[in-house]
Amino acid sequence: MKKPHICEILDKQELTENTFDMVVSFPQSALPGQFIHVLCGEGVLLRRPMSICDAGRGWLRFIFDVRGEGTKRLAQHKIGDSLDILGPLGTGFNIEKKGEDTPIVLGGGIGIFPLLMLAKSLGKNTEAILGFRTKSLIIMEDEFNEACAHTHITTDDGSYGICGLVTDCLTNRISKGDVSSVYACGPMPMMKAVKKITEASGIYCELSLEQRMGCGIGACAVCVCKSNGEYLKVCQNGPVFDAREVDFDD
Amino acid sequence: MTDLSVNIAGVKLKNPIITASGTFGNGREISEYYDLSQLGAVCVKAITLKPRQGNPPPRIAETPSGILNSVGLQNGGIDYFLKYELPNLKRYDTKVIANISGSTVEENCELARRLGRDVDLIELNISCPNVKQGGVSFGTDPKIAAEITARVKESCAVPLIVKLSPNVTDITEIAKAAENAGADALSLINTLLGMKIDVNTRRPVLANNTGGLSGPAVKPVAVRMVWQVFLCTRLPIIGMGGIMTGEDAAEFMIAGASAVAVGTANLVTPTAALNVKNELVGYLEKRGIKNVSELIGSVLAY
Ligand SMILES: Cc1cc2nc3c(=O)[nH]c(=O)nc-3n(C[C@H](O)[C@H](O)[C@H](O)COP(=O)(O)OP(=O)(O)OC[C@H]3O[C@@H](n4cnc5c(N)ncnc54)[C@H](O)[C@@H]3O)c2cc1C
Ligand SMILES: Cc1cc2nc3c(=O)[nH]c(=O)nc-3n(C[C@H](O)[C@H](O)[C@H](O)COP(=O)(O)O)c2cc1C
Ligand code: FES
Repeated sequence: MKKPHICEILDKQELTENTFDMVVSFPQSALPGQFIHVLCGEGVLLRRPMSICDAGRGWLRFIFDVRGEGTKRLAQHKIGDSLDILGPLGTGFNIEKKGEDTPIVLGGGIGIFPLLMLAKSLGKNTEAILGFRTKSLIIMEDEFNEACAHTHITTDDGSYGICGLVTDCLTNRISKGDVSSVYACGPMPMMKAVKKITEASGIYCELSLEQRMGCGIGACAVCVCKSNGEYLKVCQNGPVFDAREVDFDD
Repeated sequence: MTDLSVNIAGVKLKNPIITASGTFGNGREISEYYDLSQLGAVCVKAITLKPRQGNPPPRIAETPSGILNSVGLQNGGIDYFLKYELPNLKRYDTKVIANISGSTVEENCELARRLGRDVDLIELNISCPNVKQGGVSFGTDPKIAAEITARVKESCAVPLIVKLSPNVTDITEIAKAAENAGADALSLINTLLGMKIDVNTRRPVLANNTGGLSGPAVKPVAVRMVWQVFLCTRLPIIGMGGIMTGEDAAEFMIAGASAVAVGTANLVTPTAALNVKNELVGYLEKRGIKNVSELIGSVLAY
């Protein structure tokens, strides 16, 4: 039988003023793109979904931005404290699609967190395109550099790397040829654009979606997204979907 | 050994713990966390004649000690339920309650007929706040509540539970109307209509604008309503609204419930209903109570 895990916080780092990197003990193995559902503490009723950033034997790592009450409470936990965690949950990325050509992992903001473990599984010819608002918010660059053949960084204000949007960078990269697949996670407008770009060039694409969740396991039907005109559960059918299957409202 | 069995309209439940409709799906996911045979009964997601899409997302918002939802009865329809979901639930040694939520009286009758004797109990949902037709509009007027209860009862081969809405001035009027019209049991409460607005964007958090409030925030309202209904009818009551612990369950039974349903707590932890049951056993054992039925309506009111 499955059960919620009581996990010890083994490490905690503050990456930027608002972003925390946590490693917890974890008894189960996980696949790239799956997520965990975390009880944040007193006064916060629902769990909060967090992408699995990396995992190994007996441990799991996730990174989060402090947004509201839940993530604020979560950030107050210290090394040695325990967290009640459900998971791994959901359907992750399809990493069978390996080939000689270049897979691209693409993320903006909190969307970059699930991509590290994915990049590691996709192999050395993977390239990463990561978007940040500004130079001071750039994180994980070294880790992506190590996992990938090349890491393209974009900033909205041009303070580092390429000035502009990750999607412009993607269009450029695709025009150079040899891109086999794209795996993306980030804000809705970005995902919409990625779907358009990859469809136009006939490139296989997977998107990891976000939706407000309740149970996280497929029982309550609150976390839906539209797929071929029907509502599917992001926590169960996703969070990763074949981009062709996702309908965005226009 | 503590006797945990209770009786709802002639149906014996091995213990008083039930899952609340809509928070448990059709049991498939939660059954990966514990053996559903440990529950007194399971109440499945609302069933309609045709498959229903439900409302656009976001469908959930957290509020102080509670949640708002606006799922809007998304389900695969009665054919899918009978063919695919019910046979799966029948594998467990627990009673099955079908929650029917037709948008017309006739649709509810048809649903009851189609279910026949294949389920143990039918729960008529006249209290969903998230749909435009039917739902709560059936459950806020005693005359309409009586009419629909009487009509559906004629089509029911198993005992009929009528699920009441808290969105009324006087719940006892609706309860009595349902009793006089032939209901075999009552369940309460469904969710309270609520709203949450993001003050930065001035947009409601739910795409449906409003939703149903549940969880610990509604518990005192639910306990009060169970008590009032207990005093004014003879029907067995399934109490629900914010039950998170065994003591919460005991509180509802003391107020007058013969059984209780665990809802929102299932969204927090999949093992919630089982935990509530185990804690209730602990509560009874600690006090040397041999029979859980002793709790029912035992409140020492002033
Ligand atoms: C599958 C999945 C993976 C995620 N992975 C990460 C991650 O790795 N790192 C990270 O920083 N964030 C991640 N998020 C977003 C994260 O869950 C939200 O930022 C967080 O729930 C906000 O909670 P809060 O209480 O701080 O904010 P509040 O805004 O106060 O939250 C209120 C409610 O809305 C929900 N909510 C708010 N924003 C989001 C959102 N973007 N997505 C889903 N629910 C939301 C909350 O869960 C909560 O129920 C992920 C979301 C999903 C669905
Ligand atoms: C996500 C969600 C979905 C629900 N769906 C239904 C439903 O389909 N039919 C129904 O009768 N009640 C439904 N309810 C109401 C619950 O069954 C229950 O009456 C209510 O939530 C109060 O109990 P709680 O506070 O323990 O959740 C739903 C509640 C929630 C939170
Ligand atoms: S969060 Fe409950 S079904 Fe997805």
